Amino acid sequence: MKRLAILLSLLCSPVMLYASGSNVPLLKVKTDIGDMNSLQRGAKYFVNYCMGCHSLKYSSYGRIAKDLELQEDQVQKDLIVSWEREKRLSSYMTTAMTKKQSEVMLGKAPPDLSLIVKSKSTRWLYTFLKSFYSDPSGDYGVGNALYPTGMGMPHALVGLQGLQEAVFIEKCEGGELVVNAKTKKKECKGGNMASRFSHFKKKTIGPKGSMTASQYDLMVRDLVTFLEYVSEPAKLERQRIGVWVMLFMILFTAMAYLLKKEYWRDVH
Amino acid sequence: MSSALANLRIWIDDRFPMTKMWDDHMAKYYAPKNFNFWYYFGSLALLVLVNQIITGILLTMNYKPGAATAFASVEYIMREVPNGYIIRYLHAVGASAFFIVVYLHMFRGLMYGSYKKPRELIWILGMLIYVCLMAEAFLGYLLPWGNMSLWGGKVIINLFSAIPWIGDDISQWIRGDFSISDTTLNRFFAFHVIAVPLILMVLVVMHILALHEVGSNNPDGVEIKKKKGADGIPLDGIPFHPYYTVKDIFGVGVFMTIFLAVVFFIPDFFGLFIEHDNNVPASHLATPEHIKPLWYFTPFYAILRAVDWKLGGVMVMAASIIVLFFVPWLDRNPIKSIRYRSTLFKINLMTFALVFIVLGYLGMQKPTPVFKMATQVLTIAYFGFFVILFLTSLKEKTKPVPDRVTK
Amino acid sequence: MNDEGVDLKRRRFLTASTSVVGAVGAGAATLMMINYMTISEKDKAQGAPIEVDISKLPPGKLLVVEWRNKPVWIMKRTPDVIKAIEAVDDDKLRDPNSEVAEQQPDYAKNKYRSKTKDMMVVIGLCTHLGCSPREEQAGGDLGADWPGGYLCACHGSTFDYAGRVYKHVPAPTNLVVPNHRFTDNNAKVIIGGVVKKEKKGAAS
Repeated sequence: MKRLAILLSLLCSPVMLYASGSNVPLLKVKTDIGDMNSLQRGAKYFVNYCMGCHSLKYSSYGRIAKDLELQEDQVQKDLIVSWEREKRLSSYMTTAMTKKQSEVMLGKAPPDLSLIVKSKSTRWLYTFLKSFYSDPSGDYGVGNALYPTGMGMPHALVGLQGLQEAVFIEKCEGGELVVNAKTKKKECKGGNMASRFSHFKKKTIGPKGSMTASQYDLMVRDLVTFLEYVSEPAKLERQRIGVWVMLFMILFTAMAYLLKKEYWRDVH
Repeated sequence: MSSALANLRIWIDDRFPMTKMWDDHMAKYYAPKNFNFWYYFGSLALLVLVNQIITGILLTMNYKPGAATAFASVEYIMREVPNGYIIRYLHAVGASAFFIVVYLHMFRGLMYGSYKKPRELIWILGMLIYVCLMAEAFLGYLLPWGNMSLWGGKVIINLFSAIPWIGDDISQWIRGDFSISDTTLNRFFAFHVIAVPLILMVLVVMHILALHEVGSNNPDGVEIKKKKGADGIPLDGIPFHPYYTVKDIFGVGVFMTIFLAVVFFIPDFFGLFIEHDNNVPASHLATPEHIKPLWYFTPFYAILRAVDWKLGGVMVMAASIIVLFFVPWLDRNPIKSIRYRSTLFKINLMTFALVFIVLGYLGMQKPTPVFKMATQVLTIAYFGFFVILFLTSLKEKTKPVPDRVTK
Repeated sequence: MNDEGVDLKRRRFLTASTSVVGAVGAGAATLMMINYMTISEKDKAQGAPIEVDISKLPPGKLLVVEWRNKPVWIMKRTPDVIKAIEAVDDDKLRDPNSEVAEQQPDYAKNKYRSKTKDMMVVIGLCTHLGCSPREEQAGGDLGADWPGGYLCACHGSTFDYAGRVYKHVPAPTNLVVPNHRFTDNNAKVIIGGVVKKEKKGAAS
């Protein structure tokens, strides 16, 4: 059944290939919410790098401890930041900043990320976290390829990744690129010339990140895995129960079929 | 023991028509013996209705209507209530399943002429159920208070503002506020959990009573009551119980297997049953990039968008639903089943089904110029079905209808 | 229709076995729904132990705190109150020595119904139908021989200052003593926490 689900999702995936609002193809990422190590690392990364601004207000530490197989003291040590020691297992993963404060400081309250994977997708989030680049004109000196018009968020992982440089190319959109006979210049006939994101340069600029590119990819994957889990903590349990439900339904249907066939012998 | 039970039955029967009802509707209700695949969907619709009512009651125990609480309470159900996510997915997927089943059930009626004399009223009651179901689905869609709930709701309520003179007042009266708000959510909750379901249940009972009064149609469109045996039982009839109960139980098995596979493995069905944007809490300031209703409304939504005139669009859309009520009189051919009707009718009906599906697809897409053109053409094709039906059905070249049902 | 050659045995077997399998499925679905209505993770968390600071509580004053939506009475007993408890005739009480195990943890299984005789911690809910009793001092409406204690105004049950129930009243048992422990040199009391009798704690 799980395989069928995967197959179906693959069939439908072309719609998800591009992030809406940009022309950036979404990167593939393999997440496994059954991988406790990946989840535990992801949770730690989230608390360290994201939770300064973003909450997971529907998740309690206790539930995460239970699902991620963490001991209480591990939660205290790894998941609860030092200035929030009064938090208990029953507390929810809220941020210290109130909505008002963050609106004043950041202009807009950073969204709660409990459901980010459901409202976007793992591929979107993975791509997003890998698509920050240096943009002196943008907020906090960075831009993100998924938000061509800006998104007002700093690159929280810049210390790990380093700052990427993006390459843009001029594209003729909605028209045809022709060479003007008089001026010998290229013109976009019937459309608009637009500067579109092409790719990132291999080398980062400014101070080097503390992680290599592949380390960074793994780290982002862990983060995405954790947020995928948070978006629906019961997902694994649901699929596990689902297998039994399927087996039962097949048995029941087979018996119902035999019963129907038996009775319908009467009907000629 | 058994004689005590028999005595109890007599005691009850003297005071309440228990055995009589059982016989009238089950054990001695004679249904044609040639029901095919298409005849599963009536009982399945009933099953889904029961599912919606039970899971709906359970959801109300933890759902909190109110702009400040609704979204969080749904997440509370998903995360903290034991088995809450199963109940919620059963309800959400159930809504889509309801429409799948009902659309197939309606298509069956169109194919085999189940709306024709003497079953016009069954069809009309069924159409009323369908309209109620659309209202119920729309009302329920606001309740999770996601961003699509909010913006979808805004769009649909604004349909009423197209009514000349009083439109704006009417849509404000429906909302109870200047825009969709806490007030709207609370009244939608009231309508969704009690008002519309009550009407729906009464209509369903009437639909079934009307059916059992005249008897079921069948894929041959032959009236089995016309050929009765010496015992007064139709020759081609078999008692509903046990024959159709066991058959429907098998149908339930197949349906539930598919339904539960979706519930447990792909509950949002790639964003078709639960839209991605509805995982963002409702916000009056942030419009989703692409507002569209859930898939079961998109054919009508496409029709709405095909017309470049607000009132006109609403009227054409309303007409596309209302016209279905008149099918029993638009189709003037006395022959019921598609099996014995002309090729023209077959092509006409199949085109209609295809047009409906493609309109549904177009209704989900962004209205680019090409898609918009297609939508306009298909809207004409949608109504074309009824026009062609009305004009040609009397002069159709039909095949002879057998006296008795065929295998 | 044709009833000849019907294998009734097979038919009965298939009917029975399909019914059984169907009933198992219906049963599982029902259990799932019953489970849905049990206490949620959040409510469980809210039922977690609470910590109460009693360092500034003057002797003789009743402190009422809320735990699991129930009033918990905390009082440092004065010598007068202890005397009043000791003065009650055992014959007038249903359970003078706290023998009914469900009503208190083992360490409160004594006539004072407390860890030490000068500290009271009880749930202030009548064991009859769950109203909250109030203090009724000696010499009031309850007559000359009333030594003081608690009266439930709902149905007239009476308890002494240790929460022990009198005979001839509707309440069947003594007031419930919740699981509790003292910390920080008796400056704080923690109410709740794991105890195997906890489920029975609800008084009604």
